[in-house]
Amino acid sequence: MSFPRLIAAAIAALSLAVLSTGCSSTTSVKAATVKPDGERKTAPDFALKDPEGKIVHLSDYKGKVVILDFWATWCGPCKIEIPWFMDMERKNKDKGFEVLGVAMDDEGWEAVKPFAQQLGINYRLVMGNDQTAQMYGGVDALPTTFLIDRSGKIAAVHVGLASKKDFEDGIAELLQNNSAPGIVRDDQSGRAAVPAAGGPK
Amino acid sequence: MLLSLPLAAQNSGYLTVGETQKVAAKRGAVVQTKIPMTVQQGYHVNSNTPADEYLIPLKLTWKQTGALEAGAVAYPKPTLEKYEFSEKPLSVYTGKFEVTANFKVKADAPAGPGAAVGQLRYQACSDRACFPPKTVEVTVPYTVQ
Repeated sequence: MSFPRLIAAAIAALSLAVLSTGCSSTTSVKAATVKPDGERKTAPDFALKDPEGKIVHLSDYKGKVVILDFWATWCGPCKIEIPWFMDMERKNKDKGFEVLGVAMDDEGWEAVKPFAQQLGINYRLVMGNDQTAQMYGGVDALPTTFLIDRSGKIAAVHVGLASKKDFEDGIAELLQNNSAPGIVRDDQSGRAAVPAAGGPK
Repeated sequence: MLLSLPLAAQNSGYLTVGETQKVAAKRGAVVQTKIPMTVQQGYHVNSNTPADEYLIPLKLTWKQTGALEAGAVAYPKPTLEKYEFSEKPLSVYTGKFEVTANFKVKADAPAGPGAAVGQLRYQACSDRACFPPKTVEVTVPYTVQ
Protein backbone atom coordinates (compact mmCIF):
# COMPACT_ATOMS: atom_id res chain seq x y z
CA MET A 1 0.00 0.00 0.00
CA SER A 2 1.35 3.48 -0.99
CA PHE A 3 1.96 6.07 1.70
CA PRO A 4 -1.01 8.33 0.72
CA ARG A 5 -3.33 5.29 0.69
CA LEU A 6 -1.97 4.21 4.07
CA ILE A 7 -2.75 7.67 5.50
CA ALA A 8 -6.21 7.62 3.98
CA ALA A 9 -6.90 4.16 5.40
CA ALA A 10 -5.70 5.23 8.83
CA ILE A 11 -7.96 8.30 8.79
CA ALA A 12 -10.92 6.20 7.72
CA ALA A 13 -10.27 3.66 10.48
CA LEU A 14 -9.94 6.43 13.05
CA SER A 15 -13.17 8.03 11.89
CA LEU A 16 -14.99 4.71 12.13
CA ALA A 17 -13.62 4.14 15.62
CA VAL A 18 -14.74 7.59 16.81
CA LEU A 19 -18.15 7.10 15.24
CA SER A 20 -18.70 3.67 16.72
CA THR A 21 -17.55 4.82 20.15
CA GLY A 22 -19.96 7.72 19.97
CA CYS A 23 -22.80 5.44 18.96
CA SER A 24 -22.20 2.85 21.66
CA SER A 25 -22.13 5.44 24.39
CA THR A 26 -25.55 6.72 23.41
CA THR A 27 -27.36 3.50 22.62
CA SER A 28 -26.49 0.74 25.08
CA VAL A 29 -24.40 -0.25 28.05
CA LYS A 30 -22.44 -3.49 27.89
CA ALA A 31 -21.08 -4.60 31.24
CA ALA A 32 -17.99 -6.74 31.09
CA THR A 33 -19.14 -8.94 33.96
CA VAL A 34 -22.63 -9.72 32.67
CA LYS A 35 -22.95 -13.13 31.01
CA PRO A 36 -24.64 -13.50 27.65
CA ASP A 37 -28.31 -14.47 28.01
CA GLY A 38 -27.75 -18.03 26.82
CA GLU A 39 -25.17 -18.74 29.51
CA ARG A 40 -27.27 -17.64 32.48
CA LYS A 41 -28.70 -20.12 34.95
CA THR A 42 -31.92 -19.75 36.89
CA ALA A 43 -31.54 -18.30 40.37
CA PRO A 44 -32.94 -20.73 42.97
CA ASP A 45 -36.04 -19.49 44.74
CA PHE A 46 -36.10 -19.26 48.54
CA ALA A 47 -38.36 -18.30 51.40
CA LEU A 48 -36.63 -16.16 54.02
CA LYS A 49 -37.93 -13.87 56.73
CA ASP A 50 -37.57 -10.10 56.78
CA PRO A 51 -37.16 -8.17 60.08
CA GLU A 52 -40.93 -8.17 60.63
CA GLY A 53 -41.13 -11.93 60.19
CA LYS A 54 -42.76 -11.69 56.77
CA ILE A 55 -41.73 -14.43 54.34
CA VAL A 56 -39.94 -13.13 51.27
CA HIS A 57 -39.50 -15.26 48.15
CA LEU A 58 -37.08 -14.37 45.41
CA SER A 59 -39.97 -15.10 43.05
CA ASP A 60 -41.76 -12.09 44.60
CA TYR A 61 -39.38 -9.99 42.54
CA LYS A 62 -40.46 -11.37 39.21
CA GLY A 63 -39.86 -8.98 36.35
CA LYS A 64 -37.30 -6.95 38.23
CA VAL A 65 -33.56 -6.70 38.03
CA VAL A 66 -32.29 -7.73 41.45
CA ILE A 67 -29.05 -7.45 43.34
CA LEU A 68 -29.00 -10.35 45.76
CA ASP A 69 -26.30 -9.60 48.29
CA PHE A 70 -25.12 -12.20 50.81
CA TRP A 71 -23.44 -10.26 53.61
CA ALA A 72 -22.85 -10.11 57.39
CA THR A 73 -22.30 -7.42 59.99
CA TRP A 74 -18.79 -8.75 60.71
CA CYS A 75 -17.77 -8.43 57.07
CA GLY A 76 -15.72 -5.30 56.37
CA PRO A 77 -15.87 -5.50 52.57
CA CYS A 78 -19.67 -5.84 52.80
CA LYS A 79 -19.78 -2.56 54.67
CA ILE A 80 -18.09 -0.83 51.74
CA GLU A 81 -20.63 -2.12 49.23
CA ILE A 82 -23.78 -1.43 51.27
CA PRO A 83 -23.79 2.35 50.65
CA TRP A 84 -23.33 1.62 46.92
CA PHE A 85 -26.39 -0.60 46.96
CA MET A 86 -28.37 2.04 48.87
CA ASP A 87 -27.45 4.54 46.16
CA MET A 88 -28.37 2.10 43.36
CA GLU A 89 -31.71 1.35 45.04
CA ARG A 90 -32.49 5.08 45.20
CA LYS A 91 -31.52 5.73 41.59
CA ASN A 92 -33.11 2.69 39.96
CA LYS A 93 -36.09 1.70 42.09
CA ASP A 94 -38.56 3.29 39.67
CA LYS A 95 -36.99 1.47 36.73
CA GLY A 96 -37.74 -2.03 37.99
CA PHE A 97 -34.73 -2.65 40.17
CA GLU A 98 -34.38 -3.78 43.77
CA VAL A 99 -31.66 -4.80 46.16
CA LEU A 100 -32.26 -7.72 48.50
CA GLY A 101 -29.72 -8.21 51.27
CA VAL A 102 -29.37 -11.70 52.75
CA ALA A 103 -27.77 -11.41 56.18
CA MET A 104 -25.66 -14.42 57.21
CA ASP A 105 -25.13 -13.51 60.88
CA ASP A 106 -25.49 -16.46 63.27
CA GLU A 107 -26.81 -14.04 65.89
CA GLY A 108 -29.79 -13.19 63.68
CA TRP A 109 -31.73 -9.95 63.81
CA GLU A 110 -30.31 -9.09 67.22
CA ALA A 111 -27.07 -8.28 65.45
CA VAL A 112 -28.44 -7.19 62.09
CA LYS A 113 -31.20 -4.75 63.09
CA PRO A 114 -29.00 -2.23 64.96
CA PHE A 115 -26.37 -2.47 62.23
CA ALA A 116 -28.96 -1.78 59.53
CA GLN A 117 -30.34 1.16 61.48
CA GLN A 118 -26.88 2.56 62.04
CA LEU A 119 -26.13 2.47 58.31
CA GLY A 120 -29.64 3.55 57.32
CA ILE A 121 -30.07 0.65 54.90
CA ASN A 122 -32.93 1.55 52.56
CA TYR A 123 -33.46 -1.79 50.87
CA ARG A 124 -35.07 -4.99 52.05
CA LEU A 125 -33.17 -7.42 54.25
CA VAL A 126 -33.88 -11.06 54.96
CA MET A 127 -32.15 -13.49 57.30
CA GLY A 128 -30.18 -16.13 55.43
CA ASN A 129 -29.39 -19.68 56.43
CA ASP A 130 -27.07 -22.48 55.39
CA GLN A 131 -29.70 -24.11 53.21
CA THR A 132 -30.10 -20.97 51.11
CA ALA A 133 -26.35 -20.49 50.94
CA GLN A 134 -25.98 -24.06 49.67
CA MET A 135 -28.53 -23.38 46.95
CA TYR A 136 -26.27 -20.59 45.78
CA GLY A 137 -23.10 -22.65 45.74
CA GLY A 138 -22.06 -22.44 49.38
CA VAL A 139 -21.43 -18.70 49.71
CA ASP A 140 -18.42 -19.07 51.97
CA ALA A 141 -16.80 -15.75 51.13
CA LEU A 142 -18.69 -12.58 51.91
CA PRO A 143 -19.78 -10.47 50.24
CA THR A 144 -21.08 -12.68 47.46
CA THR A 145 -23.42 -10.80 45.21
CA PHE A 146 -25.65 -12.08 42.42
CA LEU A 147 -27.00 -9.83 39.72
CA ILE A 148 -30.28 -11.33 38.57
CA ASP A 149 -32.04 -10.37 35.35
CA ARG A 150 -35.75 -9.78 34.83
CA SER A 151 -36.33 -13.39 33.88
CA GLY A 152 -34.82 -14.62 37.14
CA LYS A 153 -31.51 -15.73 35.77
CA ILE A 154 -28.12 -15.06 37.27
CA ALA A 155 -26.38 -12.63 34.96
CA ALA A 156 -23.28 -12.02 37.10
CA VAL A 157 -21.70 -13.15 40.34
CA HIS A 158 -19.23 -11.11 42.36
CA VAL A 159 -17.34 -12.95 45.10
CA GLY A 160 -15.65 -10.53 47.46
CA LEU A 161 -15.43 -6.78 47.17
CA ALA A 162 -16.26 -5.77 43.61
CA SER A 163 -16.12 -2.42 41.88
CA LYS A 164 -19.07 -0.06 42.05
CA LYS A 165 -18.81 0.52 38.31
CA ASP A 166 -19.18 -3.20 37.59
CA PHE A 167 -22.46 -3.22 39.49
CA GLU A 168 -23.68 0.00 37.87
CA ASP A 169 -22.84 -1.18 34.37
CA GLY A 170 -24.43 -4.57 35.01
CA ILE A 171 -27.63 -3.01 36.33
CA ALA A 172 -27.78 -0.56 33.42
CA GLU A 173 -27.38 -3.37 30.91
CA LEU A 174 -30.04 -5.56 32.50
CA LEU A 175 -32.49 -2.68 32.89
CA GLN A 176 -32.31 -2.10 29.14
CA ASN A 177 -34.20 -5.34 28.70
CA ASN A 178 -37.79 -4.45 29.57
CA SER A 179 -39.32 -7.86 28.91
CA ALA A 180 -40.86 -9.51 31.95
CA PRO A 181 -41.41 -13.21 31.30
CA GLY A 182 -43.47 -15.41 33.57
CA ILE A 183 -42.18 -17.55 36.40
CA VAL A 184 -39.94 -20.38 35.31
CA ARG A 185 -40.33 -23.66 37.15
CA ASP A 186 -37.25 -25.55 38.16
CA ASP A 187 -37.51 -28.87 36.35
CA GLN A 188 -36.04 -30.89 39.19
CA SER A 189 -37.49 -29.28 42.30
CA GLY A 190 -40.71 -27.93 40.90
CA ARG A 191 -39.99 -24.72 42.78
CA ALA A 192 -40.73 -21.38 41.24
CA ALA A 193 -37.27 -20.81 39.85
CA VAL A 194 -37.68 -17.10 39.94
CA PRO A 195 -38.73 -13.69 38.97
CA ALA A 196 -40.82 -12.01 36.55
CA ALA A 197 -43.12 -9.07 37.56
CA GLY A 198 -44.42 -6.94 40.35
CA GLY A 199 -42.27 -6.44 43.40
CA PRO A 200 -42.56 -6.92 47.10
CA LYS A 201 -42.53 -4.17 49.71
CA MET B 1 8.35 -27.06 84.32
CA LEU B 2 7.44 -27.10 80.66
CA LEU B 3 8.03 -29.87 78.18
CA SER B 4 7.49 -29.57 74.48
CA LEU B 5 5.90 -32.70 73.06
CA PRO B 6 4.46 -33.05 69.57
CA LEU B 7 0.70 -32.87 69.21
CA ALA B 8 -1.25 -32.89 66.02
CA ALA B 9 -1.85 -29.42 64.63
CA GLN B 10 -5.50 -28.45 64.36
CA ASN B 11 -6.35 -26.84 61.06
CA SER B 12 -9.69 -25.11 60.62
CA GLY B 13 -9.18 -23.38 57.32
CA TYR B 14 -7.53 -20.02 57.54
CA LEU B 15 -5.90 -20.51 60.95
CA THR B 16 -3.91 -23.48 62.17
CA VAL B 17 -3.28 -24.20 65.84
CA GLY B 18 0.16 -25.73 66.18
CA GLU B 19 1.69 -28.14 68.65
CA THR B 20 0.92 -27.05 72.18
CA GLN B 21 3.55 -27.34 74.87
CA LYS B 22 2.80 -30.01 77.46
CA VAL B 23 2.56 -28.72 81.02
CA ALA B 24 4.16 -30.70 83.85
CA ALA B 25 4.04 -29.21 87.33
CA LYS B 26 3.48 -29.88 91.01
CA ARG B 27 0.29 -29.14 92.97
CA GLY B 28 -0.16 -25.42 93.62
CA ALA B 29 2.30 -24.40 90.92
CA VAL B 30 1.54 -21.60 88.49
CA VAL B 31 2.29 -22.58 84.92
CA GLN B 32 1.88 -21.17 81.50
CA THR B 33 1.98 -22.57 78.00
CA LYS B 34 2.23 -20.99 74.61
CA ILE B 35 -0.21 -21.99 71.92
CA PRO B 36 1.26 -21.35 68.47
CA MET B 37 -1.02 -20.27 65.66
CA THR B 38 -0.50 -19.63 61.99
CA VAL B 39 -2.74 -17.61 59.72
CA GLN B 40 -2.65 -18.60 56.08
CA GLN B 41 -0.71 -16.21 53.86
CA GLY B 42 -2.92 -13.55 52.29
CA TYR B 43 -5.41 -13.66 55.15
CA HIS B 44 -5.74 -12.07 58.56
CA VAL B 45 -7.82 -12.71 61.66
CA ASN B 46 -9.20 -10.01 63.92
CA SER B 47 -7.19 -9.52 67.07
CA ASN B 48 -8.70 -9.99 70.53
CA THR B 49 -9.47 -6.26 70.48
CA PRO B 50 -10.80 -5.33 67.04
CA ALA B 51 -11.44 -1.63 66.48
CA ASP B 52 -15.00 -2.09 65.22
CA GLU B 53 -17.73 -3.34 67.54
CA TYR B 54 -19.17 -5.55 64.78
CA LEU B 55 -15.93 -7.40 64.13
CA ILE B 56 -15.52 -10.76 65.83
CA PRO B 57 -12.48 -10.96 68.12
CA LEU B 58 -10.08 -13.86 68.46
CA LYS B 59 -10.98 -15.48 71.77
CA LEU B 60 -9.80 -18.55 73.64
CA THR B 61 -12.11 -19.98 76.29
CA TRP B 62 -11.72 -23.15 78.33
CA LYS B 63 -14.41 -25.82 78.33
CA GLN B 64 -12.71 -28.12 80.81
CA THR B 65 -9.45 -27.74 82.68
CA GLY B 66 -9.34 -30.89 84.83
CA ALA B 67 -6.68 -30.56 87.52
CA LEU B 68 -5.83 -27.03 86.44
CA GLU B 69 -7.45 -23.72 87.31
CA ALA B 70 -7.59 -21.47 84.28
CA GLY B 71 -5.97 -18.08 84.62
CA ALA B 72 -5.81 -15.18 82.20
CA VAL B 73 -5.24 -15.75 78.52
CA ALA B 74 -2.58 -13.39 77.16
CA TYR B 75 -2.86 -12.37 73.54
CA PRO B 76 0.07 -10.96 71.59
CA LYS B 77 0.24 -7.35 70.53
CA PRO B 78 -1.78 -7.02 67.33
CA THR B 79 -0.63 -5.21 64.23
CA LEU B 80 -2.54 -2.38 62.65
CA GLU B 81 -3.10 -3.05 58.97
CA LYS B 82 -4.87 -0.96 56.37
CA TYR B 83 -7.01 -2.86 53.89
CA GLU B 84 -8.82 -1.75 50.78
CA PHE B 85 -12.17 -2.25 52.49
CA SER B 86 -11.40 -0.38 55.69
CA GLU B 87 -11.29 3.36 56.16
CA LYS B 88 -9.01 3.02 59.16
CA PRO B 89 -6.36 0.42 60.03
CA LEU B 90 -7.66 -2.78 61.57
CA SER B 91 -6.26 -4.55 64.61
CA VAL B 92 -5.28 -7.98 63.29
CA TYR B 93 -3.00 -10.98 63.53
CA THR B 94 -1.22 -12.33 60.47
CA GLY B 95 1.36 -15.05 59.92
CA LYS B 96 2.66 -16.80 63.03
CA PHE B 97 1.79 -15.72 66.58
CA GLU B 98 1.35 -17.25 70.02
CA VAL B 99 -1.40 -17.05 72.61
CA THR B 100 -0.28 -17.67 76.18
CA ALA B 101 -2.49 -19.63 78.56
CA ASN B 102 -1.93 -19.38 82.31
CA PHE B 103 -2.93 -22.09 84.76
CA LYS B 104 -2.53 -22.98 88.39
CA VAL B 105 -2.39 -26.64 89.38
CA LYS B 106 -5.13 -27.32 91.93
CA ALA B 107 -3.92 -28.01 95.45
CA ASP B 108 -5.89 -31.25 95.60
CA ALA B 109 -5.12 -32.38 92.07
CA PRO B 110 -4.42 -36.10 91.69
CA ALA B 111 -1.04 -36.97 90.27
CA GLY B 112 -0.99 -38.08 86.66
CA PRO B 113 -1.82 -36.93 83.15
CA GLY B 114 -4.79 -34.95 81.90
CA ALA B 115 -5.74 -32.34 79.37
CA ALA B 116 -7.29 -28.90 79.41
CA VAL B 117 -9.62 -28.40 76.46
CA GLY B 118 -10.60 -25.05 75.11
CA GLN B 119 -12.16 -23.41 72.09
CA LEU B 120 -10.59 -20.77 69.96
CA ARG B 121 -13.04 -18.62 68.03
CA TYR B 122 -11.78 -16.49 65.22
CA GLN B 123 -12.89 -14.79 62.08
CA ALA B 124 -10.70 -14.44 59.01
CA CYS B 125 -10.67 -12.14 56.01
CA SER B 126 -8.55 -11.54 52.95
CA ASP B 127 -8.19 -8.04 51.61
CA ARG B 128 -11.38 -8.45 49.57
CA ALA B 129 -13.62 -10.94 51.39
CA CYS B 130 -14.45 -12.26 54.84
CA PHE B 131 -15.24 -15.77 55.97
CA PRO B 132 -17.68 -17.01 58.61
CA PRO B 133 -16.40 -17.21 62.17
CA LYS B 134 -14.93 -20.58 63.07
CA THR B 135 -14.21 -22.40 66.29
CA VAL B 136 -11.28 -24.75 66.65
CA GLU B 137 -10.51 -26.98 69.62
CA VAL B 138 -7.35 -26.34 71.60
CA THR B 139 -5.92 -29.05 73.84
CA VAL B 140 -3.22 -28.51 76.45
CA PRO B 141 -1.94 -31.81 77.84
CA TYR B 142 -0.56 -31.76 81.36
CA THR B 143 0.95 -33.98 84.00
CA VAL B 144 0.57 -33.34 87.70
CA GLN B 145 3.77 -34.52 89.35
